[in-house]
Amino acid sequence: MAAILAILEQRDGALRKGAAELMAAARQLADADGGTVDAIVFGSGNVGGIDGLGAMGADRVLTATHAECAHYCPDAMVATVASIAGNYRAILTAATATGKDLAPRIAARTGAPCGMDVIGVAMQGDAIRVTRPVYAGKVIQTLDLAGTPVIAVRPSAVAASSAGKAGAVETVTVPEFTKRLTVTGVSTADQGAVDVAEARVIVAGGRGLGDPKHFALIEELVAAFGGDAAVGASRAVVDAGWIGHGHQVGQTGKTVAPELYFAVGVSGAIQHLAGMRTAGTIVAINRDKDAPIFKVADYGIVGDLFEVMPVLTEAVKKART
Amino acid sequence: MAGSSEYTGVDFYDMDSLLSEEERAVRDTVRQWVSDALIPAIGPAYIDGRFPKELIPGMAELGLFGANLPEEYGCAGLNNVAYGLIMQELERGDSGIRSFASVQGALVMYPIHAFGNEEQKQYWLPRLASGEEIGCFGLTEPDFGSNPGGMITTARETADGWVLNGTKMWITNGSQATVAIIWAKTGDIDDTKSVRGFIVPTDTPGFSGKDQKGKLSLRASDTSELHMQDVHVPKDALLPDSGGMKSPLMCLTQARYGIAWGGIGAAMACFDEARRYAANRIMFDKPIAATQIQQERLAEMLTEITRSQLLALQLGRLKDKGTMTPQQVSLAKRANIDMACEVAREARRLLGANGILIEYHSMRHMVNLESVYTYEGTHDMHSLILGQEITGIAAY
Amino acid sequence: MLPRLPTSDSFTDEPYPALERETVKIAVCIRRVPDTTAKIAIGPSGATIDPAGVKFVLNPYDEFAVEAAIALKEAAGAGETVAVAFGDDSVQETLRTTLAMGIDRAMHLQGAPSTDGLANARVIAAALKDGGYDLILFGKLAVDDYAQQTGPMVAELLDLPCATAVTSLTIDGGSATVEREIEGGTENASCALPAVFTCDKGLNNPRLPSLKGIMAAKKKPLDVTPVTVGDAQSTLVGLALPPERPAGRIVGEGAAAVPALIEALTSEAKVL
Repeated sequence: MAAILAILEQRDGALRKGAAELMAAARQLADADGGTVDAIVFGSGNVGGIDGLGAMGADRVLTATHAECAHYCPDAMVATVASIAGNYRAILTAATATGKDLAPRIAARTGAPCGMDVIGVAMQGDAIRVTRPVYAGKVIQTLDLAGTPVIAVRPSAVAASSAGKAGAVETVTVPEFTKRLTVTGVSTADQGAVDVAEARVIVAGGRGLGDPKHFALIEELVAAFGGDAAVGASRAVVDAGWIGHGHQVGQTGKTVAPELYFAVGVSGAIQHLAGMRTAGTIVAINRDKDAPIFKVADYGIVGDLFEVMPVLTEAVKKART
Repeated sequence: MAGSSEYTGVDFYDMDSLLSEEERAVRDTVRQWVSDALIPAIGPAYIDGRFPKELIPGMAELGLFGANLPEEYGCAGLNNVAYGLIMQELERGDSGIRSFASVQGALVMYPIHAFGNEEQKQYWLPRLASGEEIGCFGLTEPDFGSNPGGMITTARETADGWVLNGTKMWITNGSQATVAIIWAKTGDIDDTKSVRGFIVPTDTPGFSGKDQKGKLSLRASDTSELHMQDVHVPKDALLPDSGGMKSPLMCLTQARYGIAWGGIGAAMACFDEARRYAANRIMFDKPIAATQIQQERLAEMLTEITRSQLLALQLGRLKDKGTMTPQQVSLAKRANIDMACEVAREARRLLGANGILIEYHSMRHMVNLESVYTYEGTHDMHSLILGQEITGIAAY
Repeated sequence: MLPRLPTSDSFTDEPYPALERETVKIAVCIRRVPDTTAKIAIGPSGATIDPAGVKFVLNPYDEFAVEAAIALKEAAGAGETVAVAFGDDSVQETLRTTLAMGIDRAMHLQGAPSTDGLANARVIAAALKDGGYDLILFGKLAVDDYAQQTGPMVAELLDLPCATAVTSLTIDGGSATVEREIEGGTENASCALPAVFTCDKGLNNPRLPSLKGIMAAKKKPLDVTPVTVGDAQSTLVGLALPPERPAGRIVGEGAAAVPALIEALTSEAKVL
């Protein structure tokens, strides 16, 4: 019976989003042989949201409290997780910047293999089998990780679901550790600084917008998605000076691999498609039913984007609350 | 990440396997510089008719000027194949920018190195390598292009130096240059043996350079008239080992060698653009790359480029061996530039209406290459040079 | 290479501010990877990519690390920079690229790397342990395997502080301050030296190897040390192409189609 440890991320005293997806991945592994999932949360005091972890699938919620853990403190987390790693079949983090910073450290400390940016996890005999994208997503790699592997899981790997477990809270001691890195603070970007190349959701605007000021429609939908969405643009509008080159998606812009890509008023020239073809799900909104973009899109709406976009933005806001 | 928009050249016959690691590294570094710094700037500069001189420090820092001259003078000390690859990659960007480097290296630094004394070399070469000094080569005159030996610019010896009088025309870098290598007759106006070279700082009183206007080709390059009215220069302005037309012609041989490689770069740029465009341009529900006529065009371009690459490479190996003749350079310059003109024109046609816009490169290359066809020995002059070589009969 | 901002007059940025130290010794761990423009095909064994026609280059993220090392040593005025690569003899050409950029000497750990990042990290850590380095730099990730673990593992094995994916790095005497991009913000951190950092885009604008640098590279020291890698706990099962995108569908026309779209995104695609 496998016990799986999921290391949750907190910021400013509350669980970060992505917790449900991480728990779902842990749950999927554990359920493969009737095992359990422990969620561990680090903080300097109470962490908001941990009472929801049972519903997300945690049998136990381990709280590790230490003054140094107000901000991300990898040294405390490595020491703590290493002290309990022997109890687990696998240790999971989210494949966020923080999760990917943490996972290899734990692996090195415990002498375990590490799998990063994993999109699929499964038991495979005594090993954990992971699939992950390599060569910029052009190839999918399958690895078998022995021992108690440390795995950073992408939020798209396993969808969140209700699992209704006990979520019994227990404290866990943070052992003696040497603090080598001090996180002094986090400044939140309010200039919409999510890089197009790393955004989970991209809303890209093209010539169909008609005028640079209509990028406001794009920005509103981006805002509806919260912090991990970015504004993208086709080469045509960048060349026309409607928006900066940093937003350009396509052959001479950035190659992106978001989970969700909206092509709004973008006709779908091959240069642009080359940049976004590895997106998880592509949605096209275009007035022209013969636009090439519809051949690549998973879902399309044929219509006037000026009518569709406001309605879509509202619907997304509603769906996300 | 860059994605497949990044330019990777054309190499159908694995030319890379014939290059050393250093040669490939040189080619790659210049290629990257051209992609990063030159390509973004060239369109507006070309439309404005302006040489993008803000690129000079970057070129100097990379070591592009006089790259095949020795390290002791602040140069990179590369072999001639590497030098050729530099010219190839610069011309992929623009013939005008490659012309700048050709002039600086082969027509200014080379004559100082070949015909100058040690003081001249020590003073001028490092400064030209660093871009601190910009040079130009004053040989051609309004009435003496293909027949430079007919020049009427004179240099009369004086008590403490020389006085120069005359006009030069079609001088690349002329208006920007801080120093000019002027070829002038020191003796009788018909005595070509009396031609000697002079290092003339362009701020010398009586010297003026003025851009020629109205160019439809090489617009991102300065092409100037030089006027010398009683320009007094000291004794040490003379390049002591220069003498006769052989001296400037040796310089031209250097420049022509680089130009033979340059044509390949321009052709590769046009082929690459045409190939991508053909793959993406949909007409009658399929890419135009699926049509026989465009495939024929592309096949022809690739064939010509491949032939030219092998030609230039062997020429470079001969130059490095020390056996290269001016006639061999004539063959390559003539062949490769003619090839490039064809490739650029065919690429322009493949691009259709879009091909007349500055955002596409082929037409700019096409019109530039008309100048390259004409300068450094016109195509026809090289035909006659080869004709003489073959038959023994001069038909000028 | 990663797309760079065009630089019109010089490819070097402003120099680093004074480091408040007179000398600095920096190791940069690099990898040789397929160029990102390469068409990737899986080889017949299904275990590796087909190298035919693939051009190999210095890992683009390692360029930021190399540039940082060279620039920091320039700012200090004295010290030494060492490029380290673990792999077969083909990495020597890539090491020479770093020498051409301005690294002082190179170390080739000659052997066959494992699919297990920890086994590789152990090899590298052993080679660097007694080097007296003030900084050990890596690129954030390698664009072939995206393993993203060697740097922090080496730090852990050497008991050194580590920050990953840094976009800003300032040295002040015996300590360092960094910034790293995290979701929705920037994290500021500091640590004492010696330390390990992995470098991300935005840290600097890597210089191109100059022509003189390319010629000088052959004369700089490149030491070869055979190494063996320990047992792997990570086994490659195989490589496969991602599944073909299935055909999509138009869910409807105009604003009326929005509910159907939301439904599809939520229940089918599960991205909402």
